[in-house]
Amino acid sequence: MNETLVFELTILVLAIFLGIEVISKVPTMLHTPLMSGTNAIHGIVLVGAILVAGRAGADTLTLVVGFFAVVLGTANVVGGFVVTDRMLEMFKQRRPRKTE
Amino acid sequence: MSRTTTDLLYLVTIVTFILALRFLSSPKRARQGNLLGAAGMALAIAVTLLQEGLENFVWIGIAMAIGAVIGVVGARSVKMTAMPQMVALFNGVGGGAVALIALAEFHNLTPLPGELSAEESITILLSALIGSISFSGSLVAFAKLQELLSGRPIVYPGQQFVNAGVLLTALVLGGLIVAGAEGDLFVVALIVAALAFGVLFVLPIGGADMPVVISLLNAFTGVAASAAGFLLHNDVLIVAGALVGASGTLLTLMMGRAMNRSIGNVLFGAFGSVQAGAGPAALEDGRSVRATTAEDLAIMLGYARKVVFVPGYGLAVAQAQHDVRAVAEQLEAKGVDVLYGIHPVAGRMPGHMNVLLAEANVPYDQLKEMDEINPELPQTDVVVVLGANDVVNPAARSDPGSPIYGMPIIDVDRAATVVVVKRSLSPGFAGIDNPLFYEPKTSMLFADAKKALEDVGAALKTL
Repeated sequence: MNETLVFELTILVLAIFLGIEVISKVPTMLHTPLMSGTNAIHGIVLVGAILVAGRAGADTLTLVVGFFAVVLGTANVVGGFVVTDRMLEMFKQRRPRKTE
Repeated sequence: MSRTTTDLLYLVTIVTFILALRFLSSPKRARQGNLLGAAGMALAIAVTLLQEGLENFVWIGIAMAIGAVIGVVGARSVKMTAMPQMVALFNGVGGGAVALIALAEFHNLTPLPGELSAEESITILLSALIGSISFSGSLVAFAKLQELLSGRPIVYPGQQFVNAGVLLTALVLGGLIVAGAEGDLFVVALIVAALAFGVLFVLPIGGADMPVVISLLNAFTGVAASAAGFLLHNDVLIVAGALVGASGTLLTLMMGRAMNRSIGNVLFGAFGSVQAGAGPAALEDGRSVRATTAEDLAIMLGYARKVVFVPGYGLAVAQAQHDVRAVAEQLEAKGVDVLYGIHPVAGRMPGHMNVLLAEANVPYDQLKEMDEINPELPQTDVVVVLGANDVVNPAARSDPGSPIYGMPIIDVDRAATVVVVKRSLSPGFAGIDNPLFYEPKTSMLFADAKKALEDVGAALKTL
């Protein structure tokens, strides 16, 4: 096991604990936007797709596969954030209900 | 841009993602948080495009344009009631992207003999396997929710063996790759087997359990993204994937707890297939139901002191969220106290009902979670159950033989009267008979939720 791998595993474990910590504070009311928001966040795979598709000297197969990876990744990012924004738009602040 | 600069800017992106999730702890800042996350994402993409040695910009540009159009059009045109399937779809494409990255990376790395380290082959295996399962599983979940496929569990004899066999095939192929087998066909075969497993694995799961499946597949895509991060040595992928994986896992467990069922039971129980047809049979055994009309319901509501609405998936299907708010406002004008009782697994996504009612501008303080609403129900005059079934089924409390025995429910049968708005007597997605319908205090309004609420609204005006 090399040093990079150990370092990356450390980051992974810390990120998992951080994730659990942050997410357990999200109220039930916002669980749907949470799911949709995390959905948008894993669109970060687009970064990986770009790196693969843009590698210097890539052959045709890599290019084609990379091309489709970028299409899917972009759809994930754009769709994810737009859907989440549409949902959260509905949770905008409202004036408190008048008491009868 | 140097590697150091790139990595530092990626760190900024990581911070925006964490803040985006942090801001979701209150509706006030949630939207800002999402925009911040989107900005972080844009930064990461820009930084990646500016990286040294990157080529093929035309290809990447065209691909991004196509993806962006699909994303914007899909996300803008979808109705709020169809959100669960949209989330499933966007989840799937992310998984698909990871599987393709794994294939391309394998193809890139293998021409160099003996250079594929165990670390690389294992991360390729994991990205391809989990990404593909997430892709095809999400598509099946999408098809079920969109009703392109039956929402009922699709089962056949020997199903578990077939599923296990397919998964085993995928794992053996993965093992061969780790053992040093080279050639793109191995990865392609692995992806095909994993895709097949994703389909087979979601088919036997009933529509009512889709919230659990979607959040599990969401976790899968997160884990796949993390694996791709290890493969490409990219920290932002590792961290973002881990955050999503943790979130999806946590949500899955929370929903399992809300239904008092283990995740294993949800995934492999083919829940709801056993008792299919129990509804009509129960009718034949002599119990009767009382039907009512929208006019009668309007009178009941108009003269009540306290009314509780319990929405379920039927409300989403009928797109009746605005109508229920309109009726609630009419009632409030008459001095009736109105609350909504929200079960944690009502609908097809965690928190599904909250989003729908928020769309209809229902004030938050009227939305009560199960634990808050249950103590209020004995003092409630009328409960209106709108397209919910299993989450109000008293058999969960009283009948140890029921498949949902032990699931916490909203105790609507403790209110003075119950009106169930439902299209027919057929059992819900879970296919379980509901004794609530046959109770003397219950009356049934057989109608589509939207139509029923419109009629009630009209009748209330003349009251």
